[in-house]
Amino acid sequence: MSDLPASDLITPDAGEAAILGLASVSILKAAPLTRLSFRAREASLKKAGTAFGVALPVKPLTSTTTAKRAALWMGPDEWTLLAPEEDLQAVAVGIEGKLDGEPHALVDVSDRSDAVIVTGERAAWLLNTGIFVDFSLESFPVGTVTRTLFHKSPVMIWRIGPEAFVVEAWGSFMDYVAGLLVQCAQELEAV
Amino acid sequence: MSQPFRTEKGGRIDRTGELTFTFDGEEMHGHAGDTLASALLANGVHLVGRSFKYHRPRGILSAGSEEPNALVGVYRKGDQTPNLRATQVELYHGLQAVSQNRFPSLGFDVGAVNDLLSPLFPAGFYYKTFMWPKSFWDRVYEPIIRAAAGLGKPPKNPDHDTYGNLYAHCDVLVAGSGPSGLAAALAAAETGARVILCDEQAEFGGSLLSENSATIDGKDPAIWVAEIVARLAAMDNVTLLPRTTAFGYFAHNFIALAERVTEHLSDPDPRLPRERLWQVRAKEVVIAAGAIERPMVFPENDRPGILLADAGRTYLNRYGVKVGHKVLVATACDTAWQAAFDLADHGVEVVAIADLRESPPESLVSIAAARGIRVEAGCVVTGTLGRKRVRAALLGRMMTSGQVAAGGQIECDALLMSGGWTPTVSLFSQSRGKVVWEAETGAFVPGKSVQKERSAGAANGLYGLQASLTDGYAAGEGAARAATGKSATINHSRTSGGEAGTGGTLGALPHDRNASRVKAFVDYQNDVTAKDVKLAVREGMQSIEHIKRYTTTGMATDQGRLSNMNALQIASGALEKPLTDVGLTTFRQPFTPTTFGLFAGVSRGDFFDPVRKTPSHDWVVEKGGLFEDVGQWKRAWYFPKNGEDMHAAVERECRTVRESVGLFDASTLGKIEVAGPDAAEFLERMYTNPWKKLAPGRCRYGLLLNDAGFITDDGVIGRLADDRFHVTTTTGGAPSVFATMEDYLQTEWPELDVWITSTTDQYAVAAIQGPKAREVIAPFIEGIDLSAEALPHMSVKEAMFRGIPCRLFRISFTGELGFEINVPRRHGKMMWETLAGEIEKHGGTAYGTEAMHVLRAEKGYIIIGQDTDGTVTPQDAGMSWAIGKNKFDFVGKRGLERPDLKAENRKQLVGLLTKDPKIKLEEGAQVTTLENPATGTPADGHVTSSYYSPALGRTIALAIVRNGHALEGKTLYVPMPEGSIPVEVTGTVFYDKEGARLNV
Repeated sequence: MSDLPASDLITPDAGEAAILGLASVSILKAAPLTRLSFRAREASLKKAGTAFGVALPVKPLTSTTTAKRAALWMGPDEWTLLAPEEDLQAVAVGIEGKLDGEPHALVDVSDRSDAVIVTGERAAWLLNTGIFVDFSLESFPVGTVTRTLFHKSPVMIWRIGPEAFVVEAWGSFMDYVAGLLVQCAQELEAV
Repeated sequence: MSQPFRTEKGGRIDRTGELTFTFDGEEMHGHAGDTLASALLANGVHLVGRSFKYHRPRGILSAGSEEPNALVGVYRKGDQTPNLRATQVELYHGLQAVSQNRFPSLGFDVGAVNDLLSPLFPAGFYYKTFMWPKSFWDRVYEPIIRAAAGLGKPPKNPDHDTYGNLYAHCDVLVAGSGPSGLAAALAAAETGARVILCDEQAEFGGSLLSENSATIDGKDPAIWVAEIVARLAAMDNVTLLPRTTAFGYFAHNFIALAERVTEHLSDPDPRLPRERLWQVRAKEVVIAAGAIERPMVFPENDRPGILLADAGRTYLNRYGVKVGHKVLVATACDTAWQAAFDLADHGVEVVAIADLRESPPESLVSIAAARGIRVEAGCVVTGTLGRKRVRAALLGRMMTSGQVAAGGQIECDALLMSGGWTPTVSLFSQSRGKVVWEAETGAFVPGKSVQKERSAGAANGLYGLQASLTDGYAAGEGAARAATGKSATINHSRTSGGEAGTGGTLGALPHDRNASRVKAFVDYQNDVTAKDVKLAVREGMQSIEHIKRYTTTGMATDQGRLSNMNALQIASGALEKPLTDVGLTTFRQPFTPTTFGLFAGVSRGDFFDPVRKTPSHDWVVEKGGLFEDVGQWKRAWYFPKNGEDMHAAVERECRTVRESVGLFDASTLGKIEVAGPDAAEFLERMYTNPWKKLAPGRCRYGLLLNDAGFITDDGVIGRLADDRFHVTTTTGGAPSVFATMEDYLQTEWPELDVWITSTTDQYAVAAIQGPKAREVIAPFIEGIDLSAEALPHMSVKEAMFRGIPCRLFRISFTGELGFEINVPRRHGKMMWETLAGEIEKHGGTAYGTEAMHVLRAEKGYIIIGQDTDGTVTPQDAGMSWAIGKNKFDFVGKRGLERPDLKAENRKQLVGLLTKDPKIKLEEGAQVTTLENPATGTPADGHVTSSYYSPALGRTIALAIVRNGHALEGKTLYVPMPEGSIPVEVTGTVFYDKEGARLNV
């Protein structure tokens, strides 16, 4: 499997201070992004991928990426499509145009979630303080994406590097998620 | 030397420095590597507690987590943790420990009178005594029992520690690090499998740490342990967890571990958690939990100074502590002899080895002879003397008749006993495995595996060092192969010495004493004697499960690991049934007592549950607004100004909305985007209302029922396009409505081309309500005509709010002209602050949920869950108009056809006006037809909403009343403690009945 980052679409929000900055793990707020929820049947996937710019993955828990696009498998008929913030209209119009007349649903959820980037040698450890997923590289290679729970909050985890994860939560849950990540990391500072 | 019972040398303690600790305030010394128990023994302290029921003086019995007697409280940061086993408390500098269950002091305890009165407290005492009279239970019996019950003092303050949590996965989890556990861990790890090795003790090695009469690969066992542990520690695929108890074995090989992170530290870094809960999913589990020694059940077998033989050996070899200066060893098996030999080698006087067996192995007898130790074969202890410490034992000679003849008295200051060994099958039992009886060793051993686990070594009923190692290697290899398919060849270590012993006994031992007067303890912690078990049988208990509950044997913190086998044998004898027919109680989680903090984890304080905030949150805080919890959301409740109380603030907010304009944060309402060609068809099937003819750009109130026909949610739904709807739900109902819709889509109507997407957090929503609402938003809305003609009540348009795309709804939950603006969440703060500034210019106000409740009640708009309770149909709520009469089907349609839902006399939603307009009814108060109904008369309904209405200048209420719709104009009563309140039944709309204010 690749050691290369799965995507560099996700970048730290330049205007924001680090949420956590330890030697072994850091948490940075991610910059805004276009997020579209795409739902369709199998017959429409090919066209949708062409219009979007990257093929939609059909293997569970995987993602496909190009420099400016990422398609994340969320379920058998559900994908999250990521693109730079300014591409929202272009992507939406492109897919709607291509799929005109074919049953599908494309919904703008760019603002539904906030994302943080958790990186460092203890990143997987930190996520495991509240997530029951096995983050070994064998079970959860770079590029893997899943919805799961972090303690009591629904989150989406996307591994973009061996030691780098995107953690997305609905906006109103992010105080809880980021706050607990910071609290759980506290012991790493202990001497 | 301040530690009179410390050996000259040896043991694994660090003799280079002394640690100071206190026990009941008395200062003592010990060494790093000591447990509190070993340090107390080194100081000659055996008396450490009082027993639970009889308050008998008790001493340290064991050296492990099964310890029943030495339960202590440990103080830290001004509070104490009760009921810690002194055998598990690691000594640190400054440790403050106290004894428990004694008053006024450990040495003189008034509760000990229970011991003298013990004939009055037989088994089942409580059941027999506290039955009559019934009325005594609440006032007399229960308070007395409560005061006497419980061990130790609960902590008084909020827990000052934090607790960690970690989820982990591994191929092989090895529980226990004795010879078989270490061998299993190494064998599994060498295959490359991911291995977790945990052990409840501070050091890995288990029994090997106190074994000095055997060698492994020619080395001292402790050195072999250090080498193996170093090898494991160097491997990336191995996680080593000392001080970690595998306390729970759950379904699908899910194992819970409790890691004690800082309990052993004098001054831990406050950033470290006190304990960490490991929630491990293991592909395979190796249970290497070892075996524990059985006490012998002879009269007065509970005096301080009486220990298990192997504990005596552990204290000597591992901790460098002599349990006494004159030690009697009483045994029925070979292993205890080695304790005697080791003690003798350290210069301790072993006064005798009393072996129950007529002919103990010749090899042992000759070793004893070489050391000059007196051996009494066919000899049993029939009693002990001494109050706070044993000072002598009575010996009895076993005769061929089975009787016992007095064999004299022997002085001793410690007595080591061994009735044989019991495999620790707790984890196996927790995994739902059933144990099988092995007559040869007289033990229950693990039977068929139910989950993916295997027991190894002594836990598997295999004794002897070589056998344990061999079994451990095999278990580790087998587990790794099963988990990963991989195997590896490793060198198996060879041992010399450490052979398995023979012998052992079960049940009460014979004696020549008056059986009705002596106490031979079976369960130390719960003060259950052999007599109690026999009594339970005499009184009709036949199953061990009944005997256990009647006598409480096996119900202590060790769950009967020490007592079960003896109790079973006694019951079996009394019942004249084979032991295997008496049954065996089930071991349950947790293996040892586990703190509540470990389970609570991070769920406390601010992180007890997610706290969801809206984009206006900071603004509300700044303006001094108060919040109300609605589900996980913080919603603005009301905004007091200039010292207003809640009533005044809410009244002002209500008036302002009706007179000019108000601003309300509606972001918390659930939002679901329903998109796809079949969107209208889907809503048609979900909601009671018709949707197919709703034109794009228009909205409709939607009512959602469950299959039974009862109202479960409501909300306004706007049609954005032919194939797209914007659905709103209640704040609290959002997740369940979404889940219900998804459920129907996936299971009932998979053929529909429609998909639902939650957009609750996508949009921030501001509601602007009041006659001036249009003027307030007009300056910021671009792209659409806001006039009543272009944008009538119940319509929706996409527009721009200060350059940001928005969805603009013209809807109202107040009865006034109203708009709700949806902008992407990140612009919510900007929108709120813009509108908050603008309403100022119009004399408007921000208002909270309380004013919203009053305003909607004035209009008779229901709140799901307040005016409905899961038993209210649309007809009951007076909302038959919301049901599409010509619809083929919708969720709940058939439910509504049920006879009882169409029956007369159902409770229906009505308005109530008190005859005295100043009286505000109590929400939840009962409504009756009679002014003063007799006690026991069923109520005819209850008040669901009640407010002071500023618009009407009087109070108003909504209520659910039997046959209420037919009672309009009639007088009913709300009986209250101060007198019955007469009320008039009205319609549910109190204000602007014709809706003129909406359509402007």
